[in-house]
Amino acid sequence: MVPEVPARDLAPLVAELRAVVGDEWVYTHEHQLRTYESDGLLQYQAIPAAAVLPATSEQVQAVVRACARADVPFVARGAGSGLSGGALPIADGILIVTSRMKRVLELDLANQRVCVEPGVTNIAVSSAVAPDFFYPPDPSSQIVCSIGGNVAENSGGAHCFKYGFTTNYVCGLEVVLSDGELVVLGGRELDPPGYDLLGAFVGSEGTLGIATKVWLRVVPVPESVRTLVAFFDSTHAAGEAVSEIVQSGVVPGAIEMMDKVAIEASEQMAHAGYPVGRGAALLVELDGAEQECKTRFDQVVALCERCGSDDVRVARDETERQLFWKTRKAAFPAMGRISPNYFVQDGVIPRTKLPEVLEAIDALAAEYGMVVANVFHAGDGNLHPLVCFDGRNAGEAERAEELSGRILDACLEAGGSITGEHGVGVDKKKHMPKMFGEPDLDAFQRLRCAFDPAGLANPGKVMPTPRLCGEVPGVYRQHPLEAAGLAERF
Amino acid sequence: MRPDTPEAAAELLRTLGEAGRPVRPRGGGTKDWGPVVEGAVEVETGGLARILEHNVGDFTAVLEAGVPLAEAQAEFTAHGQMLAIDPAPSARKAGRGEAAGRGRGDATVGGVMAANDSGPLRHRYGSMRDLVVGTTVALSDGTLARSGGKVIKNVAGYDLGKLFTGSFGTLGLIVRVAVRLHPLAPDTASAVGAGDDPSLLGEAARALAAKPLEADCLDLDWRDGAGRLLVRFGSAAAADQARATVAQMRALGLSECAVIEDDDELWMTQRAHQRGECVLKVSARLTDLAAVCRTGASVVGRPAAGLYWLSLPADAGAVAAARAALAPRSCTMLDAPPALRADAWAAPDPGALAVMARIKERFDPARIFRPGSFVGGI
Repeated sequence: MVPEVPARDLAPLVAELRAVVGDEWVYTHEHQLRTYESDGLLQYQAIPAAAVLPATSEQVQAVVRACARADVPFVARGAGSGLSGGALPIADGILIVTSRMKRVLELDLANQRVCVEPGVTNIAVSSAVAPDFFYPPDPSSQIVCSIGGNVAENSGGAHCFKYGFTTNYVCGLEVVLSDGELVVLGGRELDPPGYDLLGAFVGSEGTLGIATKVWLRVVPVPESVRTLVAFFDSTHAAGEAVSEIVQSGVVPGAIEMMDKVAIEASEQMAHAGYPVGRGAALLVELDGAEQECKTRFDQVVALCERCGSDDVRVARDETERQLFWKTRKAAFPAMGRISPNYFVQDGVIPRTKLPEVLEAIDALAAEYGMVVANVFHAGDGNLHPLVCFDGRNAGEAERAEELSGRILDACLEAGGSITGEHGVGVDKKKHMPKMFGEPDLDAFQRLRCAFDPAGLANPGKVMPTPRLCGEVPGVYRQHPLEAAGLAERF
Repeated sequence: MRPDTPEAAAELLRTLGEAGRPVRPRGGGTKDWGPVVEGAVEVETGGLARILEHNVGDFTAVLEAGVPLAEAQAEFTAHGQMLAIDPAPSARKAGRGEAAGRGRGDATVGGVMAANDSGPLRHRYGSMRDLVVGTTVALSDGTLARSGGKVIKNVAGYDLGKLFTGSFGTLGLIVRVAVRLHPLAPDTASAVGAGDDPSLLGEAARALAAKPLEADCLDLDWRDGAGRLLVRFGSAAAADQARATVAQMRALGLSECAVIEDDDELWMTQRAHQRGECVLKVSARLTDLAAVCRTGASVVGRPAAGLYWLSLPADAGAVAAARAALAPRSCTMLDAPPALRADAWAAPDPGALAVMARIKERFDPARIFRPGSFVGGI
């Protein structure tokens, strides 16, 4: 699974790295490197030759230059909270950790911009621009995850149905390419001249280079926020409510759904007083201008009741709102209480296919005799089925992974995607050919080769099979006779 | 040339690629932007004009690139939805296209994407890069490649849709586009406030942009030494929001502040001003508003996005003076006589330009898509 480079003596390279960042910031002992053997997806592990913690763009550049000269691949890592193995080290490669680069470099609120280093946490961006502004993309891991990682993964979050994803908020990047070249993509202004390299880079999972500075757009904090949780007998009924709400023209800040298993597990951990045994809980949050928000919120309450909810709880204050969110965000960790192990899936479907895909997941769970809990961003059809298993039982992990893969097949059959926000990484690259044909993958490779012809930036991720860049196809040169219109080459 | 299917388009491009014939993709022919490439064959998307899917419940659609934007919007409007992009109508009818029937002379979805054109809705919804969720392109070696999908959230694979947005037909032919749709507002209303002091307007725009107004549009209209800010709301409470904004405008020192409830005409006019005989687009900042007004040009601005469209006299001296006054901001020549369009682009970061050149080599190996016409002679 893990791409290998031939074992060879990396001591000269490591010595060079020590000279760049200082001895104390280059880790080579196995006990130090164990910290970095996995990202948030623990089933993959690899020990790199060294982990390097640069403090500045210039140091990142020098580290990458040294890797390029030695022809040694590197992987960038932010907080290591990714869920697709995107920051999985390469054995005998170099891991470049951005955790020391956590300065807020510029705060230009008059222009609604902030520039940060990649190691700054997601939540720290909103803190830096508070109280009048905030940074909308809010992955569940926002307290720890880094902006550099968010850029690599094009992270979403609960509020992206209304506000969009990381890619909609990054307006400029300083990037170190795999040959050590320092380039600026985009900038503080929008629509810069040339190709939208910024748009291509965000979400490229560390395969096009390492971002060392990030210019972000921030937006005014909404005037008003209203949140409710509605309970339904089934996910089907809750799904109906989601469709009704969206069809009515309301664009909620967030619409999150949990099924019966997820409600029970979360309640055990968060103690929000949720009724155990109900089929589904729907968390709906509206934000915006006071009057508009109030009118729309009343509409949402009515729609939930019309779709069969007899228990709609409106958050009375910020404390209660936080409790609703705590319960939703507890869903993943809480699963550990009811199952020794679980896999988190990250499929996407067109929202209207929700009922049939949930039925398909139920049928698969029954076929495999396993418990699957469902937690999802219902507004944008991003499902996070949690496949529960006990890794101590022989073969169960493999069966769980197979089940998890078949859930993705169901998502693709419905016209969806294999990943909504966690990324392809190593975990899903085998599924890429189900979603993309050979010409599509070939086009991806063209982009990759334009940025990283030597293939040193996070190789072995995203693309299903290793590919080399090769020469640029010969550029056709026009014969002077043709140019003069005297001959044609057909 | 006018291929009727994506496959036919790819095959045609492969043939043209082998022959080394320069190509200029053409949608509705409403935007003669960028330098002219002598002898380029026009490959039109008029034969690729089918609305393939409108998934009403999912707020998505799949369109062939040659679908006229107005036709797509008519389909969406009938279901209370919109593609949230509203570029200005063409300044002048495309000469050769006029007599040729349906759709000619109307901007197409593919053309708007390739030219990264946008209108007042940019303020809230971004540009095509923010609305396209999937795309299919045909390349000069005959490859037909797809990226993204048709769901609104998806991070599988590289985002070629963004790479092709604003590529001005220099990488390949966009043949199909999947887009995200938004609900059509039940009601609209606008607040307008005037001022003839650029600094006052700039400060008012900054203050309004910093408020959580949730406006659909926030525009600057500046001409003949006087200007106004226009704020449009699209919601059930639009008129109330506009009234509250008028009060804020007064407090910010703007004059002649008024609510306009029947505001379609106002915004049609504003959009039309974005096109002209000689239009320079400036990628700047919110706080550059006053400097942009002081160039003496007529200006349509989206201050919160930092984008401004300057209407200038069609002569090289006027354009050079505006560019010099706004340096180091990047200026792009849009509508203009061919002589002025020969030098259309500002220079990107040198390192980024090198990557762009490599992208051009890889995606257009035959080097037939408007060769030499893009940034840095790409």
